[in-house]
Amino acid sequence: MKYKSGFWEVVRSLLSGMRLTWQHFRRAKNRRAPVAVANESYFKQPEGLVTLTYPYEAIPVPDNGRYRLHNEIDDCIVCDLCAKICPVNCITIESVKATEDIGMTSDGTKKRLYAPVFDIDMAKCCYCGLCTTVCPTDCLTMTPVYDFSEVDIKNMIYHFTDLTPEQAEEKKLLLEKQQQEMAAAKAAALAARKQGG
Amino acid sequence: MLAFLLTLVALLLVVIMLAYAERKVAAFMQDRMGPTEAGPYGSLQAVLDVLKLLQKEDIVPAAADKKLFKLAPILIFAAVFAGFAVIPFTPTLVPAGIGIGVFYLLSIISLDVIGLLMAGWGSNNKYAMLGAMRSVAQIVSYEIPAGLAILSAVMICQSLDFQEISYQQGLLMNQFPGMEGEKNWLLGMRELGINTTAVGGITTWNIFRAPLLLITFVIYFIASLAESNRAPFDIPEAESELVAGFHVEYSGFRFAVLFLAEYSMMVLVCLVAVILFLGSWNTPFPNIGPLQLASSTTGTVGELSGMLWGGFWLLSKTFVLLFVQLWLRWTYPRLRVDQLMHLCWKVLTPAALAVVLLAGIWRLLMI
Repeated sequence: MKYKSGFWEVVRSLLSGMRLTWQHFRRAKNRRAPVAVANESYFKQPEGLVTLTYPYEAIPVPDNGRYRLHNEIDDCIVCDLCAKICPVNCITIESVKATEDIGMTSDGTKKRLYAPVFDIDMAKCCYCGLCTTVCPTDCLTMTPVYDFSEVDIKNMIYHFTDLTPEQAEEKKLLLEKQQQEMAAAKAAALAARKQGG
Repeated sequence: MLAFLLTLVALLLVVIMLAYAERKVAAFMQDRMGPTEAGPYGSLQAVLDVLKLLQKEDIVPAAADKKLFKLAPILIFAAVFAGFAVIPFTPTLVPAGIGIGVFYLLSIISLDVIGLLMAGWGSNNKYAMLGAMRSVAQIVSYEIPAGLAILSAVMICQSLDFQEISYQQGLLMNQFPGMEGEKNWLLGMRELGINTTAVGGITTWNIFRAPLLLITFVIYFIASLAESNRAPFDIPEAESELVAGFHVEYSGFRFAVLFLAEYSMMVLVCLVAVILFLGSWNTPFPNIGPLQLASSTTGTVGELSGMLWGGFWLLSKTFVLLFVQLWLRWTYPRLRVDQLMHLCWKVLTPAALAVVLLAGIWRLLMI
């Protein structure tokens, strides 16, 4: 390819460069609006500033966007499916069997377990969303919150349990007591059968 | 002393405005927003930058030549700031009016080069040294076309006094002592028979009195960009290769001084361009018949109106030129070293020499 050269060509190209930046400068009063990706005008911005003043303006995230996890512990049956499917093992669950009736979830499933520990380490999370698909009661969901950086990495571990450590201890003791009672009752029944037989 | 303080304060204000303008203009040309947080539309950003710099630690590298390192910023700023002494801000206000102002300005600004070399050498850092050497090579080379361009303006005006050159380019010409009987002719030609002494405005600006000076103005403006190390001639400070050039080791207050010197240099070269070519503090509007545009935007010498109009026109023309400097910076990529030297020695210098010759001939025609 042969380029044109010579004094006037150079002057012309210099001026066209200046015209370009001048046009951008002149049109700087127009700005893009914080519209969602679904909006038709999202990819059409012929002129004007392209940046947003982020914390004040933000592009809305799509409905199926995968961001920070949230567990609605009242609806959780502590089935541990999410922890099992998680490819990066970021969910830690401990469960304690309930000794009494602890009610139903909002979709009518009976709850049988307490969760003294239900931790999700959002620093490890890979946002694949598998845990939300396996959740039988739809209590584990992805929220549209994506700006949740922390100064201390420990704060990236989210605790979803609704039990205080004391309550958890109490539930454990109750379960132990019930199991001891059941074991004692079983032993008594066995002894009685032996005697009878 | 009062003039010193006033000039310093005015210069600081202009530099702060310029630093803010630079960020905003750059942002707008690149479709960004620029500073928005500090103050309305981010207008306090530059002030905060200065405050930040003043709070930072003053680091002197252990292996640096400490005396040179510490002295360099002061010398660089002093050299540039001393140049402002001979700039006529209004018809009656010159910090130090001397008859050989142009000559003084050229020589005092050349002192800048020594400061740059001191900074680069004293830092004991290869990037600083390379930056300083490039800077010096560039400034020394470009002083030649710039000097020749200034020379042709001086030849047309037949004076080395900035104030006299300023008076020549407007309505107030006959009020300068020693020029009571002088007359301005259209295009500087008495033969054309059109007396523009009372018309004033743009018709008496140097670029109009001798249209040849338009070329000179372009040459001077390009050379002045190189002298103030501005893009597209910013190879001494090439951020992408030399980090920051000669001031890479400076921090805190010393860096602020260097920064101030750099921006003062921009302001100074624009002021000189305005005074020598664009009519100094004279109004751009001519008197056309009954429309006394020039007279009504000039004011009276020695009174407040004259001061205000003079300062206003000088500053507004300077700001236009400064805007062009920013505009160029955010439009053109950096030149290579060989392109830089080619432009200086093979294009600008011969052109400036030719223009000096032509300016001499023009001056003969003007008599």
